[in-house]
Amino acid sequence: MMAIQDELQVVPPVKLVVDGVSKWFRQRRATVHALDNVSLNIHEGEFVCLVGPSGCGKSTLLNIIAGLEHPDNGQVLADGKLVTQPGRERMMMFQESALFPWLDVMDNILFGLKLKPNLSRSERREVARYYLELVGLSKFANTNIHELSGGMKQRVALARALAPNPRVLLMDEPFAALDALTREQLYGDIQRIWQERKKTIVFVTHNVREASCLGDRVVLFSPHPGRIHEKFEVDLPRPRDINSVALAKYSTDITRALKRYLKPDLVEVGE
Amino acid sequence: MRRRLIVVAFFVVLVGVWEMLVRLKIWSPVLVPSPLSVASYLKGALASGDLERATFVTVRRLLIGYALGLIVGLPLGLLTARFKFCEATLGVIALGLQTLPSVCWVPLALLWFGQTEAAMLFVVIMGTLWSVVIATDNGVRTVPPIYARAARTMGSKQWHTWAKVIVPASLPFIVSGMKQGWAFAWRSLMAAEIYVTILTGFGLGNLLNYGRELQAMDQVIGIMLVIIVIGLLADKILFSPWERFLYRRWGTAKS
Repeated sequence: MMAIQDELQVVPPVKLVVDGVSKWFRQRRATVHALDNVSLNIHEGEFVCLVGPSGCGKSTLLNIIAGLEHPDNGQVLADGKLVTQPGRERMMMFQESALFPWLDVMDNILFGLKLKPNLSRSERREVARYYLELVGLSKFANTNIHELSGGMKQRVALARALAPNPRVLLMDEPFAALDALTREQLYGDIQRIWQERKKTIVFVTHNVREASCLGDRVVLFSPHPGRIHEKFEVDLPRPRDINSVALAKYSTDITRALKRYLKPDLVEVGE
Repeated sequence: MRRRLIVVAFFVVLVGVWEMLVRLKIWSPVLVPSPLSVASYLKGALASGDLERATFVTVRRLLIGYALGLIVGLPLGLLTARFKFCEATLGVIALGLQTLPSVCWVPLALLWFGQTEAAMLFVVIMGTLWSVVIATDNGVRTVPPIYARAARTMGSKQWHTWAKVIVPASLPFIVSGMKQGWAFAWRSLMAAEIYVTILTGFGLGNLLNYGRELQAMDQVIGIMLVIIVIGLLADKILFSPWERFLYRRWGTAKS
C-alpha cells in the first residue's frame, strides 16, 4: 500500500533552487554576515514563507532571488538558469507599495506591461483591467495614488506585480504596515489569487501566524549569521482562516521552535 | 466671489486715494504722477508701439535664455546626481555659482559679448542654469530607491529607469528649481537692461531707465506696472499647469 502511495505522489519540479548562498555586508565599523550557506528548494506552485526576527537575512535572500542583490557565495537558479539580474518572471512586492505617485492606478499597472514585448495597447489595457478586477479595485482605475488607503495601495501593488504574469511572486512583508482587518482581507485575497493564477510565492514575514496561515511550508531563519533552521509543512485545507484553532496549533509549534533558536542570542544580549 | 469683490474694491480704493493725494498737491506732480497720467502714458506707449516692441524684446530674451538654461541645466543636474566625478567637479561649481547674484554676470557678459543680444541671453542663462542644476540633483537624490528597485523587477533597464522613473519622481524638486531659476533670470535681466543699453533692442528695463533720465515718473511707474503684470502672467502660464499636476498626483499643497 505504502509503495503505491509513494508512486502516485506527484512531486512537482523544483522551480527555485537556492544553493549554498552566503552574503556579507561591509559596513564602516564591521562586516555583517547576513546569510551563511543557505540552501532551499522551492517547488512550482508552492507557497513558501520565510520567517525570522529582523536581521536574519530573510529579506536579503528574497532580494538575491529577485536578482536585485548578488550573493558572495553560492547561487540561485530559476528554472535551472542562473539568476544574475531581475527578471519579469520573478516579480517583487515590498512593504511599502512602491507605487509611482506621478501615475494613476491604471498607468501604474501598465508600467510593467509596457515593458513586456508583443502586447498591443488595447491588450495591455485589457490585461490591466483584468488584474484590477481580480484585486477588487475596478472602480479606481483613474484614481491618484495618494488618494488610496494603505490596503488599497497594496492591492494595486499586487495587481501591478501580477500583471506581467510572472511565475514567481516575491513578497517582502507586504502586509506588515496594514491594520489587522485589512490584513485579514488580504490573506483571503492572496490565497484565492495564488490558487487561481497558479503562482509560486516566496513570502517574507516576521509574523508566525501570518506565515502559517499562508504557507505550504514555513522556513525558519535565525540571525547572526542568517541561517535556515527548520522547515515546517503546514497541512491545512485552504482557504485558511487566520483565527482558526487548527492554525493556532501550528503557529504555537513554530513560535516555540523559533524561540529555541533565539535563546543563545538572548543570553548574549543579557550578558 | 466674495474674496474677488474685496480684492477689486481694495484696488479701487487704493487708486482713488492715490488720485486724491495727487490732487491735494502735497507732493510735486513730477515726483508723484496721478494714476490718470500713468494710464495715459501707457495708452500713448501702446499706440506708438514702443511698449509692445520693448515687451517683445524683453520677453524674447527671457524665454530663449530660460529655455536654454533648462535644456542645459536638467541634463547637468542628472549627471551630477548620477556620477561621483561630476558631483565633485560640476556639482561644486554649481553650488558656488548659484550663490553669485546673477546680475554679477553682467560686466563679464558685456566684456565677452559686447552690447549685444548674446550678452543678455548669457545673463539670463546664468540666472537659470545653476538653480536648475542644483534642484535636479537634489530631486534625483531624494527619490526613494525603492522606486528604481520596483521598476527593475518589472524589467526596466538603466535608460528606461532614468527616463520613466527617476526624472518623473523628482518632478516636485525640478519644478521648484525651475521656479527659482525663473525668478533669478527675470530679476537679473531687468537689472541688466537698466544697467546697460543693448544696441540690438530696447527692452522694458531700457524704457524704465529712460523714464528716469527724462524725469518722466508716469513712464517709470507705468513700466513698473507692466513688469509686475508680466511676472504674474509668466507664473500663471509657465508654472500653474505643473503645479496643478503635482497637486493632483502627489497631493502636495497648492501654492
